[in-house]
Amino acid sequence: MTTESQNKVDIAVLDKIIADCGGDKSHLIAMLQKVQEVYRYVPEDAMIYIGTKVEDLSPATVFGVATFYAQFSLDPKGKYEIRCCDGTACHVRGSMPVINAIKAKLDLKDGKFTTDDGLFSLETVSCLGACGLAPVVMVNDKVYPQMTSDAIKVVLDTILQEENK
Amino acid sequence: MELSIDIQKEQEIAQEEIKNQGFRVLVCGGTGCVANGSEKVMAKFRELGANVSTLSAHDKMTVVPTGCHGFCEQGVLVVLPEQHTTYVKVKLEDVEEIFNSHIVGGKPVERLLYVDPKTQQHVMKNDDINFYAKQTRTALENCGHINAESLDEAIAVHGYEALSNILKENNPDAVIQEVLDSGLRGRGGAGFPTGLKWKFTAANKGGKSYVVCNGDEGDPGAFMDRSVMEGDPHKLLEGMAIAAFAIGADEGYIYVRAEYPLAIKRLRKAIADAEERHYLGKNIMGTEFSFTLHIKEGAGAFVCGEESALIASIEGERGMPRPKPPFPANKGLFGRPTLINNVETLANIPVIMRKGAKWFSSMGTETSKGTKTFALTGEVNNTGLIEVPMGTTLREIIFDIGGGIRGGKKFKAVQIGGPSGGCLTEEHLDLPMDYESLTKAGAMVGSGGLVVMAEDTCMVEVARFFMNFTKNESCGKCVPCREGTKNLLKILEKIVKGKGEMEDLEILEDLANTVKDGSLCGLGKTAPNPVLSTLKYFKDEYIAHIVDKKCPAGVCTALKTIKIQEDKCKGCTKCARTCPVGAIEGTVKQPHHINQDKCIKCEACLNNCPFKAIVQE
Repeated sequence: MTTESQNKVDIAVLDKIIADCGGDKSHLIAMLQKVQEVYRYVPEDAMIYIGTKVEDLSPATVFGVATFYAQFSLDPKGKYEIRCCDGTACHVRGSMPVINAIKAKLDLKDGKFTTDDGLFSLETVSCLGACGLAPVVMVNDKVYPQMTSDAIKVVLDTILQEENK
Repeated sequence: MELSIDIQKEQEIAQEEIKNQGFRVLVCGGTGCVANGSEKVMAKFRELGANVSTLSAHDKMTVVPTGCHGFCEQGVLVVLPEQHTTYVKVKLEDVEEIFNSHIVGGKPVERLLYVDPKTQQHVMKNDDINFYAKQTRTALENCGHINAESLDEAIAVHGYEALSNILKENNPDAVIQEVLDSGLRGRGGAGFPTGLKWKFTAANKGGKSYVVCNGDEGDPGAFMDRSVMEGDPHKLLEGMAIAAFAIGADEGYIYVRAEYPLAIKRLRKAIADAEERHYLGKNIMGTEFSFTLHIKEGAGAFVCGEESALIASIEGERGMPRPKPPFPANKGLFGRPTLINNVETLANIPVIMRKGAKWFSSMGTETSKGTKTFALTGEVNNTGLIEVPMGTTLREIIFDIGGGIRGGKKFKAVQIGGPSGGCLTEEHLDLPMDYESLTKAGAMVGSGGLVVMAEDTCMVEVARFFMNFTKNESCGKCVPCREGTKNLLKILEKIVKGKGEMEDLEILEDLANTVKDGSLCGLGKTAPNPVLSTLKYFKDEYIAHIVDKKCPAGVCTALKTIKIQEDKCKGCTKCARTCPVGAIEGTVKQPHHINQDKCIKCEACLNNCPFKAIVQE
């Protein structure tokens, strides 16, 4: 536990999350989702706190659940979370060139998935359920249909322009 | 039982209200069309409608956001129900023309109608579009026709009518018998008879029990459950309430995957609305029957679609399957008897109860009754969501409803049933789609994902793709699945890289069968299906990769060779400058050549050559 990470979690926020979820261990996944909503990832101290505070849980159990589900990230995600679909329909219609174009554009390589400025993070998901519009990319809650390596560059440029305003 | 709600009367009121909406404009508000900008289209229609006081025979216009129409390829879809007109690919800038010409002027806008790819004719009516004409909709009957966020519109189309009748008659056993008689089988994958599941769970009546809806639609390429939850949420709620009444449960959960935010939003609203009007919650319709529903969001784990893993996940634990027995019917959620059904299965229930088991079982084949939804995607002209009677052939689905293969390419295979299913070929096109026929052919109905593949898809790469998926999603609890999928993937990766040996094929088949036989849950038991079915039907492609070191479809990067044709090369040096790894050498005005050891086959040179001198072999 480093001092840096201690500064990142706010006990009052965590207490509220636990209370909102009824304080019951069966709502652990919902608690972690709320923690991730606040911090854009699940900080180690948040896991330790919830594991100690909630009855019948331990930090080890919380860590086990957080690492089991793909949605939870133990490292910070970007302000813009890019979810690129590589489900069957998207794969057949060419999602790999789109994923590669994003990686090239954002200089994400060697397993790195968040940009240095913390603006973007990229993950590949298995299906977003919009297979009729393959290949699909989702940036936060917005779905972009029928992507190509050129089209996604335009999407990213538009976001960058907004940010630089 | 005495009911405090007269559903017939409620229905009449709701239908009257729809009439009072005046001119109805239905705009698809499913995930696909929202992505294509349907919210802006709706806003524009509303803006135009508000300013005009005289609308052909109506005094006002109402824009209705509906659920998925299924024809996602053609979105944004706009339907004028009274005029029997469907507009496709509507953009924001088209709205004014539709409004002025058709809604006010009564003259359809021809250029926005669907064009039949075979006849090149404009088609106006929904029923005349081949994609819709050949379908029979049960679970999806209301999707696209009603406002997905309105309880009243659901009631107007017989919503909660079946529940009301059942509560009046007050005979749970008769409900179970009706489901048994209908022949309905689980639509989530395995096809277990739904009535039997209900009967087994009802046998443990007495204490606390639960109804759980499995909305963890994780199969890549399937989105029927999403469409039901988004487009007709009340049908699912009614189906769950009927199930709860039949098995004696008073509490239920809908487990929805986190990738479906819109479905979660609509379900939450639907539950709140239904509880407020006593169609759900405490003392439903004034009777003693109570049923409280909760929503649980998943967190991105494919294995949670397996029922015992799903139960573990609802309990807040790692979503790992548990050995069976005990079955959930005896010991499920929080250790209590639990009925778990898939979204589509439950959505069929109200229709079966309303129209009768006989009606339902008159559709389909000997062993597979009723209709089934399929998500038709991949290299097919009309992608989207369809519902057809069980036993419809692949040919009818792909070529009649789907309009054939896009870009005039040749049909090669169809992958059915997601990562648990298999690839079927041309020889299976006339196979009736039912549980038994597909299992016999080495595939399965599964959730109903149909991914059509054309001649330029590499089947070995497809097998690798699926194995990569199941390897990632294996929960790691049992050894055959955890280690087996990993090693199957290793061998497949070796083959697509051109480093395979003939004996790998034997090991592949052997290992695949071990994983199939030895795994704990459905994920592992079915994970080798894509490998086994491609080995069975496309062995020549495996051999081409291993012996000839060639990928017949030209997909596998490692087996490609990029070459410069000396006679066409003018020595402009553009390729050498484009190459990211400096693999191209040559002097100005002299033919260049590619150093194959350095080449990463990115095709940057090929795409940039002004003289088309670079080819892929």
